[in-house]
Amino acid sequence: MKKLYIVLSVFTIAISYSCSKELTETNLEFPALQPASTDINAGIWKPVLLTGPTEFTVAAPAATSTPDYIAQINEIKSFQSTLTSQEKNTVKYWSAGAVLRWNEIMRELVAKHNIPPYQNPDGTYPIPSAANPLAYPQFPFANPPYAARAYAYASAAMYDALVAAWYYKKLYNRLAPYKVDATVTSLIPQSDLPSYPSEDATVAGVMAEVLKLLFPGDQEFIQLKAEEHKRSRIIAGANVRSDIEAGEALGKSVAQKFVTRARGDRAGAAVGNQTIWTQIENDCIARGETPWISQESPKRPGMLVLFGRVKTWLFDSLTMVTTIRPVPPPSTSSQQFKDELAEVYDFSKNLTREQLHIAHFWADGLSTYTPPGHWNAIAAEDFVKQNFSEVRWARNLALLNMSLMDAAIVCWDAKYLYFNPRPSQMDSRIKTVTGLPNFPSYTSGHSTFSGAAATILSHIIPSRAAAYADMAKEASLSRLYGAIHYRSDCEKGLIAGNKVGDYAIQRARTDGAE
Amino acid sequence: MKRLLINNKILFLFAFSFMINSAKSQTDIDGIMMEKNAFCVGPLYGHSSWKNYWEGTLKRENLNLGTVSSSMFNIMGNYGITNKLNVMFGLPYIKTKASAGQLKGLKGLQDLSFWVKWKAYSKKMGSGRLSVIGIAGFSLPASDYTADFLPMSIGLESKNLSLRGMADYQMDKWFATASATYVRRSNIEIDRTAYYTTEMHYTNEVKMPDAASFNVRVGYRNNGIVAEAVADNWTTLGGFDITRNNMPFASNKMNATRVGFNFKYPIMFHRQLAIVGNVMTTVAGRNVGQSTGFNAGIFYVLDLSPKKKSDSDKTKK
Repeated sequence: MKKLYIVLSVFTIAISYSCSKELTETNLEFPALQPASTDINAGIWKPVLLTGPTEFTVAAPAATSTPDYIAQINEIKSFQSTLTSQEKNTVKYWSAGAVLRWNEIMRELVAKHNIPPYQNPDGTYPIPSAANPLAYPQFPFANPPYAARAYAYASAAMYDALVAAWYYKKLYNRLAPYKVDATVTSLIPQSDLPSYPSEDATVAGVMAEVLKLLFPGDQEFIQLKAEEHKRSRIIAGANVRSDIEAGEALGKSVAQKFVTRARGDRAGAAVGNQTIWTQIENDCIARGETPWISQESPKRPGMLVLFGRVKTWLFDSLTMVTTIRPVPPPSTSSQQFKDELAEVYDFSKNLTREQLHIAHFWADGLSTYTPPGHWNAIAAEDFVKQNFSEVRWARNLALLNMSLMDAAIVCWDAKYLYFNPRPSQMDSRIKTVTGLPNFPSYTSGHSTFSGAAATILSHIIPSRAAAYADMAKEASLSRLYGAIHYRSDCEKGLIAGNKVGDYAIQRARTDGAE
Repeated sequence: MKRLLINNKILFLFAFSFMINSAKSQTDIDGIMMEKNAFCVGPLYGHSSWKNYWEGTLKRENLNLGTVSSSMFNIMGNYGITNKLNVMFGLPYIKTKASAGQLKGLKGLQDLSFWVKWKAYSKKMGSGRLSVIGIAGFSLPASDYTADFLPMSIGLESKNLSLRGMADYQMDKWFATASATYVRRSNIEIDRTAYYTTEMHYTNEVKMPDAASFNVRVGYRNNGIVAEAVADNWTTLGGFDITRNNMPFASNKMNATRVGFNFKYPIMFHRQLAIVGNVMTTVAGRNVGQSTGFNAGIFYVLDLSPKKKSDSDKTKK
């Protein structure tokens, strides 16, 4: 019997091991946003696409003494008199910040859609159609270049719209409902920032509009989020309905400028066609190099072969070619190439658990928010601690994401210009601990993204510069550990990314926010 | 001499699946007990593979994986504390491989399992004997392997607590055993800080759904010889389906129904040594590979009694 007691106590310990299953998710622990500064003069910051903050007019609001306004105050009071716990949770969720939450929503949509289409019966691959997004294969396939572009348009549009919103906030200077009427409770931290037009609704308006283009099959989810977001601000006592309506209209107008740019940025043609795919391969053979060959079965055309020609944000195409484009990779017949190939084989054979951890930590492959999304997640965690205003949040994420999209363009330009084979193509003994991307090797996308992100983030939060540089280095090397990239891919990718980031710093220094 | 009471359960469900953790021992799933002070131990080798798998409910192949196979080398033991109370352990080493594509196979020690088996009730009934047995099991990873690289991962990383109720009826040389198991699975930690299931999660912790399993075995059991037909079902209580053309994930809803044959045969005098073997194949599934596999092993029984008793061949049923 004594033995039985021992056994029972072992199981009691075992049960306590496995009992609590609730997850603690870091993004749900973020505190309510309490900006260190309202950045009240942000209306004069330099926008990305807008000609100026008044390009879209926001009409003057009604006075807070009018019956119309008083009715709107009563709407808040009515909500607050019957608060449900679900409404409280909604308010808490959105209080962490509009720009932050919509950035997270984007990351979720990217992860949901980051799965390559299954082949047709004849061995070709279907291409997702924006016109028919819900049919298989669903639109979009949110691979890293697509994701980088999506984050960039959304972030830049949020920024421009908030610059305009801040301009009108200062101009009209309408106080927040809880300052107008002392009996309105503020369920979130109070602020001196004028409430008209609502910055939250501006962001919701931008995103509802931009995401129609980027994730046209997810409208129900997006509209529900937008409605919930706007309502949370009224429930919280932070905005009256006219603040919301004016902000939303402004956001939607500004978004249109970005949608127009996106439709003409050449990304729509980036898939290419058989003629172009053959041409790229032939050009490589003509240079005397071994061309990249898809190692998927059936062979899949390389991902977005013309993404290198998409319109950049921070520099023009001539600058990209002359000062950022990486030097050619080691020739596939050179000794350096053989040495680097041998190094990859070595990692493929002998990988430590720590290196495997690094390879998986940074893999950001299938069904994830991609490397640009990972850098957004890293930035978001740090920005939360900085107590930025919404407009500064948007400005910093715009700088980051314009860098990441330009890094994608620079990297994809090099990939299809040089058309360099993957290590496992050159040595079939090489097996990988992460999915083998279906595009040429040189340069490493992770490295280019990380170089760009670490550079601009180090400018935004200088105290974290060393940490960002370490992360970028680790993300870069993770691809060598994964046995899918040569060392040159990683090193040259980082350098190109750093250069892209430098252009973002140039913009940051002159946009009026510093 | 103590009876060699080995019966090979052969689960190592990892093989039939992307990775269903389960008990892996020779006697946690059958109705036989070791006698007091007998210690049975031995190695077991197993191999299984699948070419087709269920992506959700859709059966498909994957040209970028080809045939996924796993080999296992397992050490298992069973000790009789009393005739009615046994303790068992198992510790498998597993190696995976894909015949096509570039994904690297992984290898390592998987989960260390312990069971306590208690024959709570045994009584003549009709012309046979009915036994009711309770089995509690616990397993935990024996190495720092990753569960986040399916289908090449060697295990699912969760710590599992299982409770099994079993009824065994033997009439002359023929028997039938049925059992039902509830498996409580702990959450696991993966090597990344965010992941997507049917929604985004910002944590490295993955909520693992619990599971239930059912097992039925019918056949011949006499003088240490066992020959039985086996059918089992594993159902994950929760979890989500693999989306179209996505890779599997540890918290998928992995279900499987398998059938097979299992035998044990004493090969030497006094029946201290026995060989065991089985074959199992998957007939239905969800988010698992349609695997077929075999196991084979040799077990040896030691008498750890303080003082030597005379050998006895009496068979307790």
